[in-house]
Amino acid sequence: MQTLLFALEVSLNGFMTGILYSLVALGFVLIFKASGVFNYAQGVMVLFAALTLVGLQQGIVPFEHLINNLFGTSIHGFGWNMPTLLALLLTLLTMLLLAWLVEKLILKHLVNQNPVILFMATIGLAYFLEGFGDLMWGADVKKLDIGVPMGISDTVESTTYDWFGYGFFIDRLDITASIVAALLVIGLTIFSQYSKTGRALRAVADDHQAALSVGISLRQIWVIVWSIAGLVALIAGIFWGSKSGVQFSLSLVALKALPVLMLGGLTSIPGAIVGGLLIGVGEKLFDFLVGPMIGGATENWFAYVVALVFLLFRPQGLFGEKIIERV
Amino acid sequence: MNETEVTDKVDTLMDIKKVTLRFGGVKALSDVSFNIKESEIRAIIGPNGAGKSSMLNVINGFYTPQEGEIWFQGKRRPKLKPHQIAYQRIARTFQNIALFEGMTVLDNMMTGRMIYMKSGLLPQLLWWGKAEREETENRMIVERIIDFLEIQHIRKTPVGMLPYGLQKRVELGRALAAEPKLLLLDEPMAGMNNEEKEDMCRFILDVNEELGTSIALIEHDMGVVMDLADRVVVIDHGEKIADGLPDQVRNDQNVIDAYLGVAH
Repeated sequence: MQTLLFALEVSLNGFMTGILYSLVALGFVLIFKASGVFNYAQGVMVLFAALTLVGLQQGIVPFEHLINNLFGTSIHGFGWNMPTLLALLLTLLTMLLLAWLVEKLILKHLVNQNPVILFMATIGLAYFLEGFGDLMWGADVKKLDIGVPMGISDTVESTTYDWFGYGFFIDRLDITASIVAALLVIGLTIFSQYSKTGRALRAVADDHQAALSVGISLRQIWVIVWSIAGLVALIAGIFWGSKSGVQFSLSLVALKALPVLMLGGLTSIPGAIVGGLLIGVGEKLFDFLVGPMIGGATENWFAYVVALVFLLFRPQGLFGEKIIERV
Repeated sequence: MNETEVTDKVDTLMDIKKVTLRFGGVKALSDVSFNIKESEIRAIIGPNGAGKSSMLNVINGFYTPQEGEIWFQGKRRPKLKPHQIAYQRIARTFQNIALFEGMTVLDNMMTGRMIYMKSGLLPQLLWWGKAEREETENRMIVERIIDFLEIQHIRKTPVGMLPYGLQKRVELGRALAAEPKLLLLDEPMAGMNNEEKEDMCRFILDVNEELGTSIALIEHDMGVVMDLADRVVVIDHGEKIADGLPDQVRNDQNVIDAYLGVAH
């Protein structure tokens, strides 16, 4: 009984982490569906969004180290803290601007190129954005606090104690993240199902030529999907950043999104969500149940092994389209 | 300006003048000229690989010819992107059906209304009055086309699940939803059985007669072409070899040679 309750608690925690994996994977899927580009920079976009948010909020002067070194000045911040809401809004605008620039400076010039070339371009974008973020806001680890409730939830603990005689430890940050992520996914689904632009997005995902023939501008759609991916990155950045601080390792979250994509399928939005949850719960449960027998620390590799198994036996993932090549 | 020129302009919807299209060293079209009049059904025929589809792709902007001009509604058309040409109310179907397979019949046809829907992103996000009104108005037009094409029973079916003949009909519906001035049909009857072909012929004739839509179509079935077309242009090896009424073209020696494969 006790073990079962432990397992349940572990699963719940895994579920919450899984939601964050799903969010990052969702960013990949959105861009891949609309433009066939595997956006290597998605993880760095998460980092960049979080960095910008912290930087703005803490009143850091952009490029202050650079300015100080070039001109011998000693600027250290504006000396004020920006209201959280304003900082959020400005960060969102930054992400929209980034989407617009990506289209203008990169995608536009690579239309009709081989997908590998576009993939390479996003690798370039990732390294550029990583360096640019550091240069702009500084490379030190930053604490992100925008007032999201944190710490172990007493309500959950006491309620579960009343029910099972055992209190679950669940972080309030994880609960909030789950709710926000769920709302985001519902919002995106409604938008894509019931609006003109959503319909255009789905059309482009299905068939580029046909979409052009009915008057849909691919470039406009690309700006929109990259903007949505930027929004998703910002939300992932907020929760992941609040959890573990804003620093370079944040961009490595994207590495965990890769097995999620293998599992869920690169072209499926429900796949990204289910895949994220399965990996999140799976790695925690595996570590809890099997970990002690084989020396622990299984969380580091479990997801990748699952991905490898999927690549062998079901390469299109759980929900992805089967790739059939006509010969 | 003399009088014939004026009447000619009113009468002619599209004038294709000396169009040459090259892919690297290969000439897909060389020096092709013909026109499409208001409210006529114009067939483009020719053997496989003659350049017929290339011609349609030039008209709707997928390909930009290296030489030649395209005049539309009395004006020379500048170099435009395909989605901009859609806004000039030139709609098309594809040889290998190009529908949005994951979407329902209704959604597919609603994409045909894209050029009439102008509400911005923010009103759409919040479903403000204008976006909603626009959606309803356009939906009504699409429903009329659905009735016309007799596909009410599959309105909510994802297109990928439909049989081939119905998919072809939905694709025609999507093009019609744009209320086109010029409708381009790339082999609308390919792969259909006789009954389906008859239905498709009837729809094409009805569209042309009731709405006065000009239609340019590529078709292999000679019987169909002779029945449907007002005028026929024949392309072979990227060159125009005949142009005229169906009966004239059928008896033209060049055309017979091209189809029978006589060596040049």
